[in-house]
Amino acid sequence: MSLRKLFRKVLLFLLTLPVFFFIFFPLLWLLSASLSNQVDLFSVPIHWIPQHPTIQNYMDIFFPGQAASSVPRTFAVALLNSFKIASAVTVICLFIGSLAAYALVRIPFRFNHSMQLGIIATRMIPEISLVLPLFIIAARLQLINRPVVLILTYMSFALPYAIWLMTAYFQTVPIELEDAARLDGCSRLGILFRVVIPISVPGLVSTAMFVFLLAWDEFFYALIFTSTLAAKTVPVAIAEFVGRYAVNVNGMMAGGILAAIPPVLVALIFQRYIVSGMTAGAVKG
Amino acid sequence: MTVKPKPFRKQRFSLRQQDARTAWLLLFPSLLVMVGVTLWPVISTFILSFLNAPTGLNQTRTFVGLGNYLVMLRDQLFWETVGRTMYFTVVSVGLELILGLAIAQLIHSRPWGWKFLRISLIIPWAVPTIVNGAMWRWIYSADFGALNGLLMQLGLIKHYVPWLTLPNMAMNLVIAADIWHTMPFVALVLQAALATLPEDLEEAAAVDGANAWQRFWQIRMPLLRPAILVALIVRTVDAFRVFDIVYIITSGGPAYKTLTITYLTYLNSFAFGKQGIGAALSFLISAFTIVMALIYIRFLYRPEETQ
Repeated sequence: MSLRKLFRKVLLFLLTLPVFFFIFFPLLWLLSASLSNQVDLFSVPIHWIPQHPTIQNYMDIFFPGQAASSVPRTFAVALLNSFKIASAVTVICLFIGSLAAYALVRIPFRFNHSMQLGIIATRMIPEISLVLPLFIIAARLQLINRPVVLILTYMSFALPYAIWLMTAYFQTVPIELEDAARLDGCSRLGILFRVVIPISVPGLVSTAMFVFLLAWDEFFYALIFTSTLAAKTVPVAIAEFVGRYAVNVNGMMAGGILAAIPPVLVALIFQRYIVSGMTAGAVKG
Repeated sequence: MTVKPKPFRKQRFSLRQQDARTAWLLLFPSLLVMVGVTLWPVISTFILSFLNAPTGLNQTRTFVGLGNYLVMLRDQLFWETVGRTMYFTVVSVGLELILGLAIAQLIHSRPWGWKFLRISLIIPWAVPTIVNGAMWRWIYSADFGALNGLLMQLGLIKHYVPWLTLPNMAMNLVIAADIWHTMPFVALVLQAALATLPEDLEEAAAVDGANAWQRFWQIRMPLLRPAILVALIVRTVDAFRVFDIVYIITSGGPAYKTLTITYLTYLNSFAFGKQGIGAALSFLISAFTIVMALIYIRFLYRPEETQ
């Protein structure tokens, strides 16, 4: 029996190996390529471990002043743009979204239920169905290439998702606490900011994480609404360069690794919240 | 309802009115944003789909009724694109579910390192879609790709192969890249669901002589159905509107062999200068998305299924 158990353990362990290989092989190769120079990368047969490891590709992005090609300079700008836009979207969504979520959870009014359904329904509408009128109006108002147009359009998917997640978290706040605060003469807003929000901090943190990841990942609107190098976000910068062989591929790979680090770190730190968030709303498929 | 004294009732009514006002006040900023960036564009796109609308700010638009829809339905490329998008959706989501379920089962059996495996799955999920696409494009590269390097070292190919230019391979390679990025989502959701299942049902069935296969299909699968449904709906809706990963890996090529419906819409709207057609296509995508979700819910969600 115990031998059979050991056999089973070993067998199960062997089954995990191909899964680990599938997950890590592409990433490790990308990492290795980002640490090699152009000559190593293009050599046949392939070198899995760089022969002349270098962090030049990363240094170029952090100190774009001395960089030889335009790739690292673009990346330095794009990383900053992505960071600004994703942060702005996160802050705005959390602020106005928490007000809306609280109203939907705790205040009974006539259109409450239909409003909740409407918010869930907006999650189903693809970006492509919204982009044409938005593009036409943005062009008329000369907002193309301005960060504000991306911040606003990202709201179309981030805000309903944030409201939905926060509704779920606010529902778990014991109503007795709110009633007590109310008896003490606290207003609705007072209850929200002094009772509900302090208790829901973990929920707000995980909502912020999901919204930030969504905004960081977004590509389609950024592709449509930006055309100058100064306005591009990281995904658009990568897409821009990836097809051109003249540019330095290693620099791109370093850029790809850098673009992946913030969301991967955030996801690993908040991994406890991820699966519950996934099943609650599951925007990022 | 008990009868309440009049003054109290009056006061409660005014309180409720005040509450409603507070609710609208709290909702106002969000509603303003959503009307501006979602509701108005949806309606506007719908209207646009009945117009002949060439790109350009000062172009005149004319009403063409269902003209855009008819042009589209008669177009061979449209139907090929629909077929390819279906292929992408079915193969990608199908494999994700099978692999995701298998990996969820594997984690659930607690092999050595199962915690590490579960954490590892979060990484591909968190890697941005475009970085994922770029990574696989380089892996498939004809000049320096890891796929060529690996197959050559294993002696399976003699020369580097330009994988993405092979018409019958391109779509499948895009699907493989998509699976790397999205399968972890399915695996994590199903693993979380497995962890909540009651153990005693299966133990009781085992005592009654049900073998592992029967226990899996007759006890575990029905209990897992809601979780599978969630994963299925979310993934199907997302897969059907696939754009980013195709754009970055193949740009729809070779010879439109990986062109999907959203990509065709993008081309009509922003490259071919046919905004009316683009609007009609995007309306169809929304409609199809909603119908698919309804079908899934209708056929798969049977909440009251107790013996």
